[in-house]
Amino acid sequence: MRILTIDTSAVASAALLSFDGTAASAAPARVEAEFATADTRTHAEVLAPGIRSLFTDPVAEGPALDAIVVGVGPGPFTGLRSGIAMARTLAFTWQVPLHGLMSLEALAWDVLALRQAAQGPAGRPAGEFVVATDARRKEVYWARFSGTGELLEGPVVGPAADLRDVPVHGAGAGLYAAELAGNGCTVDPATAGLQPTAASLGHMASGRIRAGIELPGSAPLYLRESDAKVPGPRKRALL
Amino acid sequence: MNQANPLILGIESSCDETGVGLVHGVELLTNTVSSSMEEHVRFGGVIPEIASRAHLDAFVPTLEQALADAGVALADVDAIAVTSGPGLAGALMVGVSAAKALALATGKPLYAINHLVAHVGVGLLDESIAAASTAGKLPENLGALLVSGGHTEILRVRSIASDVELLGATIDDAAGEAFDKVARLLGLSYPGGPAIDRLAREGNPKAIRFPRGLSVPKYMGTAEAPGPHRYDFSFSGLKTAVARCVEGYEARGEDVPVADVAASFQEAVMDVVTAKAVLACRENGITTLLLGGGVAANSRLRELARKRCEAAGIALLVPKLSLCTDNGAMVAALGAQLVMNGVAPSNLAFAPDSSMPVGSISL
Ligand SMILES: [Zn+2]
Repeated sequence: MRILTIDTSAVASAALLSFDGTAASAAPARVEAEFATADTRTHAEVLAPGIRSLFTDPVAEGPALDAIVVGVGPGPFTGLRSGIAMARTLAFTWQVPLHGLMSLEALAWDVLALRQAAQGPAGRPAGEFVVATDARRKEVYWARFSGTGELLEGPVVGPAADLRDVPVHGAGAGLYAAELAGNGCTVDPATAGLQPTAASLGHMASGRIRAGIELPGSAPLYLRESDAKVPGPRKRALL
Repeated sequence: MNQANPLILGIESSCDETGVGLVHGVELLTNTVSSSMEEHVRFGGVIPEIASRAHLDAFVPTLEQALADAGVALADVDAIAVTSGPGLAGALMVGVSAAKALALATGKPLYAINHLVAHVGVGLLDESIAAASTAGKLPENLGALLVSGGHTEILRVRSIASDVELLGATIDDAAGEAFDKVARLLGLSYPGGPAIDRLAREGNPKAIRFPRGLSVPKYMGTAEAPGPHRYDFSFSGLKTAVARCVEGYEARGEDVPVADVAASFQEAVMDVVTAKAVLACRENGITTLLLGGGVAANSRLRELARKRCEAAGIALLVPKLSLCTDNGAMVAALGAQLVMNGVAPSNLAFAPDSSMPVGSISL
């Protein structure tokens, strides 16, 4: 199988992955090509050229894809939507199935991969962990996973100070390392700058597809309302 | 690509309308619009985040509908055009991302175009305007008055594909925005334009003399020595004047004569808008004025513009309302002009520009 993955929940990223889609296969997916920005504010400019650069000929290769998987956040709204709008329109144009996946799953995959590399494949799975990204406004988006990568809680938006006595990974952990440490959380310097990427999202997605687990749709996980307030009674001389 | 008579798909998402239009040269094939207006009613104005969320969900269904209505396949399209500004940043981003995806997926050229100039380009699609001008061309010495909830401008159009100049614009609120705010003040529904227009018919437009923004000599100057805001508008002072007036009635324990207030407010807006537009035309050799934007639906604006243009010997063109409000066909119409004039397409790396200047017709 060959899939295109896109994530714009934090940085802008995309990847092309191929893997044996049969349930019996245990071979990891191969990342054929990927791109990811370092910053979180240039999605509009870089995403389309970045996706195009993954293909030799996107017009010919696109319709032959088996699926497109897009990170559905949580993440800052405008950037998040640019990836979902892109993915939905590519899927429509190429007539390719479209799925969504919670973006923090990408970070969970990175944490599991790092743990496995440290312990070897036979190593005992370590305990629960939390991954977190920057939600701005002094808050983080976070989710809690089991040592085997099962989503236990979240995604949630809230202050990092709400987290207690758990290892926290990802850029959201790096931003609030002192508060987290004060609450009995451990922050691993090796993961404290990590952002969700399309390549890691693709690894998580390929595992689910191979296991026959249905992936969700592409509806964004905003977690916050629009901030709009229904106007109250008129104030005097002020409209 | 058929450069002489290109088939263009246009995408619009600068405010609360998700528009997809298909245009073949200067022939309108379809104009499909999905509006999130209803979702903004309880807030009394467009909420950018709500509009952006709605664009994301409306885009693909609107595109699908437009292609089906026109009986066109994406493969038949020669180029894609999208509004890249001015407009609400988050809303623009959705249309721009989708348009880039279409261009990337099909390999077709993409044109990132100016929303305000597209309001003028749409005139080419209107049957009554086409009948009054040389086949497939906009009239010479053309100006445009654009009035909507998001913008209020006077433009001079020397060439729709290469030379458009901003003569004047609002320095604060858009005219349509002032209508929404005054409507709320008078307890009328959103959008305020139609509600005030309706009520104003029962009122006396001369009952209350509201201020005409930026009309005093220090802003106007003279034709030879123009002041700093000769063709510019301001509606925030007017808005405050209406509020003070209403509060005055309330403080005296009198009923607010809402119809008179509505009529007098509407008169103040349309008087200054048409007076300045006609002045700009006379002083800049403009002999045809095109009206655009959603407020073109206002009966008093049409009436006053017609009367004053006629007196000044200026031809007035008003496209049908579905082409005046924000839509994808206007974007496609301008895109077609760019293709026909051999303008190079945009690079996929462009960014939407919420304050894109009029002089920048495409990126
Ligand atoms: Zn407009």
